[in-house]
Order: sequence, then C-alpha cells, then structure tokens
Amino acid sequence: MKQPVIELKNFTWQYNAQKEPTLHDLTLTIREGEKVLICGPSGCGKSTLAHCLNGLIPFSYHGEMRGSLHILGRETSELSLFDVSKMVGTVLQDADGQFVGLTVAEDIAFALENDNVPQSELFRRVDAAAEQVNILSHLDHAPNELSGGQKQRVSLAGVMVDNVPILLFDEPLANLDPAAGKQAIELIDDIKRQTKTTVIIIEHRLEDVLHRDVDRVILMQDGRIVADTTPDELLASDLLRAQGIREPLYVTALKHAGVALRPDMGLHNIKALRLDDGQKAAVRRWFRETPPAPEPPEAPALLDARHIRFAYDNGFEALRDVSVTVRKGEMMAIVGRNGAGKSTFSKVVCGFETQQEGTLAFDGRDLTELSIKERADHIGFCLQNPNQMISKVQIFDEVALGLVARGVGEAEQKERVEHALDICGLRPFRHWPVSALSFGQKKRVTIASILALDPEMIILDEPTAGQDFRHYTEIMEFLRELNERGVTVVMITHDMHLMLEYCRRAVVFADGEKIADASPADILTDPDVVARASLRETSLYELAVLCGVDDPRAFVQRFIDHDREVRER
Amino acid sequence: MINIFNYIDRPSPIHRLTGATKLVCLLLWSFASMVTYDTRILALMPVAALILFGVSQIKFRDIKAVFWVTFVFMVLNNVMVYVFAPEHGVSIYGTRTVLLTIAGPYTVTAEQLFYHLNLILKYFASIPVLLLFVCTTDPSEFAASLSRIGVSYRVSYSVALALRYIPDIQRAYHDISQSQQARGVEMSKKESLVKRLKAASAILIPLILSSMDRIEVISNAMELRGFGKGKTRTWYRARAFRAADVVCMALCAALLVLAVTDTLVRGTRYYNPFI
Repeated sequence: MKQPVIELKNFTWQYNAQKEPTLHDLTLTIREGEKVLICGPSGCGKSTLAHCLNGLIPFSYHGEMRGSLHILGRETSELSLFDVSKMVGTVLQDADGQFVGLTVAEDIAFALENDNVPQSELFRRVDAAAEQVNILSHLDHAPNELSGGQKQRVSLAGVMVDNVPILLFDEPLANLDPAAGKQAIELIDDIKRQTKTTVIIIEHRLEDVLHRDVDRVILMQDGRIVADTTPDELLASDLLRAQGIREPLYVTALKHAGVALRPDMGLHNIKALRLDDGQKAAVRRWFRETPPAPEPPEAPALLDARHIRFAYDNGFEALRDVSVTVRKGEMMAIVGRNGAGKSTFSKVVCGFETQQEGTLAFDGRDLTELSIKERADHIGFCLQNPNQMISKVQIFDEVALGLVARGVGEAEQKERVEHALDICGLRPFRHWPVSALSFGQKKRVTIASILALDPEMIILDEPTAGQDFRHYTEIMEFLRELNERGVTVVMITHDMHLMLEYCRRAVVFADGEKIADASPADILTDPDVVARASLRETSLYELAVLCGVDDPRAFVQRFIDHDREVRER
Repeated sequence: MINIFNYIDRPSPIHRLTGATKLVCLLLWSFASMVTYDTRILALMPVAALILFGVSQIKFRDIKAVFWVTFVFMVLNNVMVYVFAPEHGVSIYGTRTVLLTIAGPYTVTAEQLFYHLNLILKYFASIPVLLLFVCTTDPSEFAASLSRIGVSYRVSYSVALALRYIPDIQRAYHDISQSQQARGVEMSKKESLVKRLKAASAILIPLILSSMDRIEVISNAMELRGFGKGKTRTWYRARAFRAADVVCMALCAALLVLAVTDTLVRGTRYYNPFI
C-alpha cells in the first residue's frame, strides 16, 4: 500500500461568520500517486475542502477547526500557508483571476520569484515548465491574448514550476469550452503519469472528468462525504441523481432503455463500456419503439440578419457575410469558441456596434435606423455576469431603471415592475438590497429589469456559466417558462448540454462565419462542425454505434426529445 | 474603446532603457521643473521633451485623450489663478505695466501675463515626460524598478497589478456602459454633460462590485504561490543598467543641479525680464 499523502480524521470546519459547520466530521485518506475526483453540488463543501487542503483554511479564512488534517504526515494547522503551498499546488477555477503576472513567463515565474530564485535559474525553470504544458511559444503574451484553455495551462505551469507533490484543481472545467475542457483533462492525466504527482480534481461535471480514468470519486453533500468509491460503483448506483449531479448521457440513455446497470460493465467511460447482446438489443428496441417528436410548425421570422459584415477599428474582421434568422417564439442557441463572433453578432443586433455591410430586420422593420435605446424596447440583452449589470441598491429600483429612463409614469412603472418581478419569482424580495441575493437570484433580477421593458426577444450571454446542475436547471427551466409565455430566447453559450436539452435549433459560428444552422443533434454528430466550434462529440453517438443502431444521428435526436419529455412531465 | 493610457510597445531607444532608469529620470526631471521658475530653463524643457517624444515613436494620437484632459486642467488652473490673484505677477516681479483694464481689480499686466506663461511652461515641462514614462515603461519592469530604488516589493507589485488590470477594467466599463445604454441610460453626445457624467457614475457601482470579486481571487492566488513570504524577491523582468542608462540618469541629474544652482546663485526662483 502506498503512503498516505493526505489524511483527514473526523475533520470539522466552521467559518466564523457561519452558524453551522461547513464540513462535518470528514474522514478521508488519499494516497501517493492517486487521482481522485471530489464531486458534489454547489454548497456541498467541496470548495471549502479545497481551501483546507491548500492551506487557505485556516491561514486566510478564519474559523473553528476540529479533528486533524495531515498533509505528507504533518498537521497543517502547525505549519504556515507557505509550507502548505510547497506541498499542494492549486490551480484555481478562475484562470483569469489567477493570472498574476503581466505576461505568461512572469506568471509562471511568480512562485520562484517569491522564493528568491536567481534570474538565470528563473529563465531555465520557466522554460521547462512552459514546455511541459505546451505554452512555450507564448511566453511573452499578455493574459488577454490567450484563450481560456491557454490561461489554465499557464496556471498549471505556475504551480508545477515549484515541483509540488500534490496538484489540486478547483473546478478546472468551469470556464472552458468543451474541446478545451477535454484537452485540460488529457493534460492533467499526462502530467500525472509523467511526474507521479497525486492529483485531486474538484468538479461537478462528472462525464467530462471521466474522459480520462480516475481512481476514486468522493461524493459530498451538505458538508459530508456520502460516497467514496470507484467511478463504476458510483455510476451503477442511484446516488448521483439523488445528489443533483448530472450523470453521463450514455448512462441516462441506458436507464431509459431499461438496461440494469452493474459496476463491472465499464460504466466510467463510453470507450470502456461493455454491453452484452441482450443489452444492445434493449437499446435498439428502445430506439425503435420511441416515437420521434413531432416537428413544431415553422413560425415567421422575428429577427432577420442578412449578409452582415463587421470589422473592428483595428481591421479585425469579426463577422463575414453572416445571415441568421430567429423565428418568433423560438428558443435557440448561438455556439462557437471564444472570438468566433457570437458576442459581436449580438452587439450588432443590439446596436452597440454598427455593421459595415448587410441588413437587420426585426418583425419586418429595418433596425438600422434605431438607436441602442430604441432597439432595447424590442430586444433585451443580458450580460453573463449579473454584477456587471446591477447599479441600484434595491431590487425594485433596479428593475424600474429602464422605465424611469423612458419617462414612464409612476403608476405604470409600479405595475410593470411588479409584473416582471412576479414572472421572475422575485416579488417577495422586491424591497431587499440586491447584495443579499444569490448569484442565480441576481441573474433573475437582471432578466426582470429587461422584461420590464417588455421586449419580444431576449439575448443572454452564457446564462448558466459556472452553475452546478441544480442551479443550471433552475435558470433554464425559468427561461423555458419565459419562452412559453411567448418571449423569443436566444442564448450565447458553449454549454453543450444547454443546447441539447433546451434548444431545437443552434447556429454555429467559427472565425467570424456561420458554419452550421441545424438541430443540436445534427451539430453534435458532425465531426467537422464539432472540431471547428471547439465542441465535443456526444457520447450518445458512440453509444448508438456501440449498440449497432442503424441511424446514430436519429438516435441522438430521439434521446433528446424523449429526455425533454420526461423532464417536462 | 476608450484607452486612457497604457504601455505602448514600440522599438525605440527610450523603450530599451531600463524601467529603473526611466523612473529615476522622471523623478529628477520633475523635481527640476518644480524647483525652478526660470523661464529660460522652463522653455528648454518642453523642447527637450518634444524631442524625446520624437525619439520614442509615441504618436500624438496615442496620448490624445490625456493630453486634452491635462489641457483643460491647465486652462482652469490659469483662470483660477487670475481670478483669485490678478496681481500675483506684480508682486513677484516688482513692477506694474498695465496693458488693459477690465473691471474693478481686474487689470491685465505684462507681469501677470508673464507669470501665466511660466505656469503654462511648467505644465509643458513636466506632463509630457510623465506621459512618456507611462507609455514607454513595461509595467512589470516598472514594478521591478520600483523595488530596485528601495520601495517595498509588496507596494511595487500592487502598482504593477493595478496596471495589469487597467485593460480589464476598461473592458468591463465598456460592457457595463453598453448594457446600461440598452436599458435607456443615454450616454451619447445627445445628452447634456451633467447627465452623461451622472450616468457614467452609475456604472461605477457595478464596476466596483465586479472588481471586488476579483480581489479575493487574486489575493488568494498570490498567497498560494508564496507572495509575501520573504523580505525580498527576484524579478523575471529585471534588467541590468547599460551605458545609455547611466548617461540618461547623469543628464537628468545635471538638469536638476542646473535648476537648483540657478536658484541658489541668483537667490530667486524667478527670471525677471522687467528690471
């Protein structure tokens, strides 16, 4: 048996500001060279546990600790934050916030600089670490010149440069597009194999992490460990659903098909999955017997953008001959990697930027002549980060802001604000300060403030970024209800689940061009589109192939329709 | 996008000087311009600054925005001085040559005009060099240089970090302002200046809130990588002095010596053409 590197015994932690402990009586051993996934919904305590492991608790956050936590055989509370950071290297969730240096090289060098390593050695070690994560050609780049995946590789190099024996990843997938997420998981795995480090990954996106094998999954709920087992055992159980973690799509599909799940089926990865003939036949039968969903009738166009070309002042051509039609009452997605032009497109639609060529029509009317403010009466735009939109202290005032600016009378103001608050389920909070709300509630406030203007269409930039499955579902179900009330919803996203589960149509952008306009099932089964848009092929497709389904693409569509129906029931 | 001011990477001899050199030169130069009111020296300095700008390859459009802000400030400053002390020039130079009488105590004297000329020259002597420093100094090297001239590295790094976030904050400001405009807060030129300023201040709240979120992340990230552990740290971007650095510092030191000796020898800060 390998040496334990991390040992928690009856470990309890309570923040000073909290009434209840955040972590209850945890007992856990992680051994040298293991790769462990810590999983659980938001608020389960997994981030707090990460803080305990990297020393931020108890050295930066204060509270009361009981039980013991040993790292490499030493009790952490007797060390300092700097001692712990020599043993545990942390890659934080927000790769951008973690980027301390002004360039890649300085950021990687940061820990060594603080250790007074002489400059000549800095150069050598930075180069070596940069090479290991494949970022050597970008040493002089500033953070805003890097993609999310590259920033994360820099963060990783920045902790590896110190030769730490334990690597801790706090939600490494949260800010990455699907393809970059896949690469990140592969890189973490390769580094673990090369350097024999112990790896701990904290993440709620189970299927994405399991793209490469992990030894163990620790499932947390309400500050307690509810499972500490192999991925296969966990997936064969019903624990995930109960804890509000999304299970891999192929597992859900197997359940729909009535296949009994056992730990020895290789459930942890679609590539390892072993099904006998009977089970494969069951999947095929399910496909045959599930009726395809009826095609919704085609609605008239609400927004009609034709041949839009837009270049920034510096000459960068962000949109090239883009034509997109959004139909009345639709809920659709615009997807593509960062810089593909999806945000620029929505800015052109809202009037923040003006296209050099092409036409924009809304409900048959030319948009080009309308100002930003006038367009906002028809099209609402919601930023990703609600903190960037909220400027009033009280919720009521925030929602009324647009109406006040339009000189709407007080009685009508009150009526429209309260109506918007009702729709968003915020009426009980209307006299609360905004700061007392959770992230999801703030998001609703921003949506309410747009709804108060009564737009026919809203555009949302990454509506569910950084949210766990439960909050994701909450926000998305809310948007679906809104859509059913007749509001056309357009979402800019790189969340594949979002588009699979909630959109009947998606438009894909790559390098300023529209490269696809189809159903999510068609998009995610087209390898060329998937590669150019930094998406991932869905495991459902592989499951269909494995089971010998004659039309795998139709299988994916059937699953989505069926799953949506089950959810809406 | 609004670009207030920032490091502009161009190939020039001034860019190649180390950050520490430029900082020392800036300080010497600024002291010199503060010490003296000698019109001859004050006239020399803007000319020299203009030449330096030429050498640095920084174009006027790069600094246009700051230039106009400073210009407005300078005009205001002069107006205020005149309104509150219309006879200041007379009391400095000791003679009174009336050119024009406006009303009450407000007369235009040659002495007062000459004093204003000196005031304006002071702006033109000091501000261009400050802009030049900001535009030609790589912020990370700037941090390294601050710590080299004896400033604590914690302070130095905070300064570098503030510079690092200027582009981010500008981008956030831009996004926020657009979303506010979409909700009907008019910020275009159609609106009066007062209303636009009021609208711009409404952006500050979300801007500060979203910046606060980042502070916790960044300070955790820094501590986790050992920032603040030792009394000293090394700098990836530190550079050794070269001959050009020494020459530049010597020239600026000479300028300060000139300004100080000029004042001491003549016993006054002012150059008086009226006697």
